[in-house]
Amino acid sequence: MQQPRDIPVLDVKNLAVSYETRYGDVQAVRDVSFTIQRGEAYSIVGESGCGKSTVAFSIVSFLGRNGKIVDGHIMFQGRDLVGRPQEELRHIRGDQIAMVYQDPMQALNPSMRLGDQMAEVLIAHRGMEQKEAEEKCIQMLERVYMPDPANVMRRYPHQISGGQQQRVVIAMALLNGPSLLIMDEPTTALDVTVEATVLDLVAELQTRFDTAIMYISHNLGVVARVSDEVGVMYAGEMVERASVADAYLRPGHPYTLALMHCVPRLGMDKSSSYLYPIRGRVPPPSNLPPGCVFEPRCDFARPVCRQRRPELREVEPGHCARCHFAEQVLAGELRLPDDLIPDLDKMTTRGEGAERILSVEHARTYYEAPSKRLIGGKKQYVKAVDDVSVEVRKGRTLGIVGESGCGKSTLAKTIIGLETPTDGKLEFMGVDISTPVSQRDLDLIKNLQMVFQNPDSTLNPSFSVGSQIARPTRRFRAVPHSQVHAEVIRLLDMMRLGANYYDRLPRQLSGGEKQRVGIARAIAGRPELVLCDEPVSSLDVSVQAAVLNLLLQVQQEMGTTMAFIAHDLSVVRFFCDTIAVMYLGQVVEFGPAEAIYAPPYHPYTEALLSAVPIPDPRTEQKHIRLSGTVPSALNPPGGCRFHTRCPRRHMLPDGGRICEVEVPPWQCATEEHRIFCHIPLEELRKMDKVVTVEEETHAG
Amino acid sequence: MAVAETTSGRAGRSEGGRWRRTWEGISIIFRSGVAVVGLVVILFWVFVAILAPLLAPHDPLAQDSSAINQAPSSRYPLGTDNLGRDILSRLIYGSRTILILAPLSVLASVAVGIFLGLLGGYSGGLVDEIVMRILDAIMAFPTILLYLIIISAIGPSALNVVLAITFVGAPGVARLVRSLTLDIRTRDYIRAAETRGENRFYIMFFEILPNARGPIIIDSMLRVGYAIFSIGTLGFLGLGLPPPTPDWGGMISEARKFIWTNPLGVLWPALAISSLVVALNLFADGLREESTRYN
Repeated sequence: MQQPRDIPVLDVKNLAVSYETRYGDVQAVRDVSFTIQRGEAYSIVGESGCGKSTVAFSIVSFLGRNGKIVDGHIMFQGRDLVGRPQEELRHIRGDQIAMVYQDPMQALNPSMRLGDQMAEVLIAHRGMEQKEAEEKCIQMLERVYMPDPANVMRRYPHQISGGQQQRVVIAMALLNGPSLLIMDEPTTALDVTVEATVLDLVAELQTRFDTAIMYISHNLGVVARVSDEVGVMYAGEMVERASVADAYLRPGHPYTLALMHCVPRLGMDKSSSYLYPIRGRVPPPSNLPPGCVFEPRCDFARPVCRQRRPELREVEPGHCARCHFAEQVLAGELRLPDDLIPDLDKMTTRGEGAERILSVEHARTYYEAPSKRLIGGKKQYVKAVDDVSVEVRKGRTLGIVGESGCGKSTLAKTIIGLETPTDGKLEFMGVDISTPVSQRDLDLIKNLQMVFQNPDSTLNPSFSVGSQIARPTRRFRAVPHSQVHAEVIRLLDMMRLGANYYDRLPRQLSGGEKQRVGIARAIAGRPELVLCDEPVSSLDVSVQAAVLNLLLQVQQEMGTTMAFIAHDLSVVRFFCDTIAVMYLGQVVEFGPAEAIYAPPYHPYTEALLSAVPIPDPRTEQKHIRLSGTVPSALNPPGGCRFHTRCPRRHMLPDGGRICEVEVPPWQCATEEHRIFCHIPLEELRKMDKVVTVEEETHAG
Repeated sequence: MAVAETTSGRAGRSEGGRWRRTWEGISIIFRSGVAVVGLVVILFWVFVAILAPLLAPHDPLAQDSSAINQAPSSRYPLGTDNLGRDILSRLIYGSRTILILAPLSVLASVAVGIFLGLLGGYSGGLVDEIVMRILDAIMAFPTILLYLIIISAIGPSALNVVLAITFVGAPGVARLVRSLTLDIRTRDYIRAAETRGENRFYIMFFEILPNARGPIIIDSMLRVGYAIFSIGTLGFLGLGLPPPTPDWGGMISEARKFIWTNPLGVLWPALAISSLVVALNLFADGLREESTRYN
């Protein structure tokens, strides 16, 4: 349906949504207003629990049994959606609103072929014939850059990769030419390099399809890449509405300001990579503060903020903020309190070169895969870790970075003893650790502990926080028996949690708090080495900063060595001394942190760095995209494993024939920095930096 | 930096340690009407069993040859059975038998089932296969047949009834516990326990089991119902407690032969059994629905 250009596609006014719970109604969304014009990409940014998904669900009336819209209007193409019965809604919305969800695997029907699922959309809404529908589907798949679309139509969802699944979902959403496309964190479940390609697609959608896009995300970098206008939500309210440049560079609300300071960026300067956390935690919707909802955590709060709830007002044309002192925030008059700015020198200096505490040489961990035949058949192995050599020096931090399937988790499990290595020499504190944990000495176990990824499953839900920290303290005899309780309290204090957390159950804690308890539990026995397996990946940005700083502090106070596994290069920037980049079971680059972020790069590192979404509109970032998908670890490519996707193969003679046949050599750029590549070092040194900042203004 | 936490909100309700949390757990029962109805009936029978000597008008074993198979009268409120014994008193004393034996046998079968389920689920591999195949073999037999075999082999007595029900019920519990274990085993806190070098029995009983207690408890309550039913069946088949112990199932069996003379003789014990079983089912059902309502 053609709409006159000046009616916005979506105009949400003062929306309020509540959920019914056992204890009464809780308001999940309060007074949210925003407008999306045709052809515009609008983002809603906020951390978990802020209500952004609720807003999306209320637009498509997908609120569930216990959710209801209590106030406000949702004007879609000029007509109000609130208060209408389902049949009318279906008629008004028709095929004009489409939604793309976070997990493509759950959005696609696993038992139907992709072609059938896609054609179903057209047959149901447009009444097309099967053949015609299928042709249109193939055309749409081509428009979303799906390789070999006719073949993909015949496949099932589990036979294509995550990035391709998301493309299919996006294609399905676009089939009916919707006026509004809602995307709820569509790239969160994808790897960084894959995410980059999907984001490129989304950025194009606006122009090529003339669709209004509503993009919901917690990732500030992604938002900067896909949209022009952004709305920041906190605890169910819209606290700021501005263009991306304004929101990121000149925020008008203290929350936005704080968010910008705690998001990791790929700046070259080490001190500019420090993360400033936001203290406190998000108030539960059943117990919101009386005045400004951000006041308890705001560093600039004044008495009026506790008494009166601020209105969302325009501080500049096109820039609204919900703060009593928005003009002052905008002018940059509000400074971070002194105790927040750390003594950066103290934090970054480390002792002189110490001995090697962990040494892994040519480690291999293969998993046996079931052979294809019922009886007999060749044994197949998933080569999760294939010839990896890393080392960590006492008191330092090693970062292991890579995408899913690169083997970093398996490497961690092998070191800690949950998996047995198939080959290689692993030594920790001079003792051989190629045995599983059940066969290791208690003393050895005590010194090698781990912090896990998922805060929701890292603690036993049936026991109190205190008892779970006390268990390793007692078991490893870190202090005499009578002092265990006091020691647990001391650890809780160190984690900034306080003694009253002793009796709490994990379900009463937030994600960040649970992760801190996990850290306390890991250091309870005073270990020499702590392995952190993506400890902050599941946390909100503001909480990430707090946990990372905590780990740093622990390292300083206790002299613990750390090995930090992550998939996000920007997160490890400040934290690690040495970094190992892994791809498909092998280390491709290893060296001091500064060396990894500057040329010479391994081509994979270069691609990773150029794929990371950066929340700074001023930065220039190279645009290198990897084609294809990660090969299977059952049958990795010969020679250099990266050769099937390497964007720099052309730099070698013969289009890089040598990469297919010969295993690359280790090239040493400096004594400590080595790159696993055939391309000669001089060529690699000539590469440009991936990330450059236009002006080096460091706010705050 | 300031310590986190000015608000407690959701946390506030469940603060204050264990007693508060236990009370919260119990109060779920009262939120479900269905569970309350079931609970009332169960408690009724429990009181009857406890106060049996005070409530029963006659000695349950006393035979009155002048009043055989009589309909309800003022002297014998529910009538008499074929040996002239007061049905009401036998019903009241019979509740003791059932309310002791049923929970006991369920307890025993749950204990055995938990152990086997944890062992199989956590160990995996060959141990799991062996345990599961043995349990599968037991479950392949029809239950009545199994009871027949067991009781014929070891003879009818209270203890043997418990053993029989344990043997027949344990595989079902083991299956449930095993599937719960398989799920819980993948969690990070189990990994954390393993990296601490905890031995496997500690992990099974102290890390996994406390988190599986919800479904196990609800299943156990249903099993008490089935156990009551089974005890009744065994009694009916003559495989239960030896006479003259008052046993509801046995009462039905004896009264059945005289159903044309005194039809009500069958009715009272049958009502008693049904009421208990239905009550237990309602209780378990209501509890389960209420605890998963706001999921």
